[in-house]
Amino acid sequence: MKLDCKHVWPYISDYIDDTVTPEERRAIEQHLETCEICSAILDSVHNILVLTADDRIFRLPLGYSERLHERIGAELAKAAPDGGSG
Amino acid sequence: MVQALAKEMDWIARILRGERDLFHELIRPYERTVFLTAVSVLRDSTEAEDAAQEAMIKAYRALGSFRGDAKFSTWLTAITLNEARSRLRKSARVRVESLDDTGQEEDFTPFLVADWREIPSETLEREELAQQIQNAIEGLPPSYREVFLLRDKEEMSIDEIAQALDVTANLVKVRLFRARMMLQKQLAPYLRHELPQRRRWLSWLGGRA
Repeated sequence: MKLDCKHVWPYISDYIDDTVTPEERRAIEQHLETCEICSAILDSVHNILVLTADDRIFRLPLGYSERLHERIGAELAKAAPDGGSG
Repeated sequence: MVQALAKEMDWIARILRGERDLFHELIRPYERTVFLTAVSVLRDSTEAEDAAQEAMIKAYRALGSFRGDAKFSTWLTAITLNEARSRLRKSARVRVESLDDTGQEEDFTPFLVADWREIPSETLEREELAQQIQNAIEGLPPSYREVFLLRDKEEMSIDEIAQALDVTANLVKVRLFRARMMLQKQLAPYLRHELPQRRRWLSWLGGRA
């Protein structure tokens, strides 16, 4: 199996998740060894995923946890869950 | 993993028998997950916080129906998605629409770059950069954004996401591929200005200022 650039792109996502078949993996890696552009694209996608996973992206609102537990506490004091006893 | 579920099942049984306060401990590891799941649908963090609270309360009330067929976190995620989606429908602020059927018109080719050096996460200390990335995620079509955040921020597996969204694993993969490509296309042109400087002798050779 030999791939050119635009056939490699649809595999980038699965390649990162390691959900490609061994044969696909071999073909992708063979292409990446000789294609600087596709290697750079893969690196850029990977880098973007690392950055988006950072806690600084979509920070929790200040006081979120306290407010959540306060609300839960009020509910717990009020009633048992359905099917619960006590 | 199996141990965690066993512990959670034990806590759930005790909560149902009357040790209600244990619910605080049960959900503590998932506070962030629930918030991000709500954000993935609603985008606005104030609305997402309300939805997260409501989802937790619904999970508490329905705790007796959790059978342990899925992970507790997956069950909680599904409840949160339902809560957030029903709020979105009510607000009618955003059109809920899946692009999966019309996706063939879209272009999922990446932005072409000739070389890429790792941009370190510390760069995100700069608010405007973090905001840019957040905006790009918020701008994704809803069904792509959900899958993207569940996978790439919450690190759920493809199968867990499929279970939580009640769709096939294959559809999850398709949406994820599209989301990642759209983000690369949008962010790479912007982020490449942040790339660490090329070493000096290389820039002489390459003639790049």
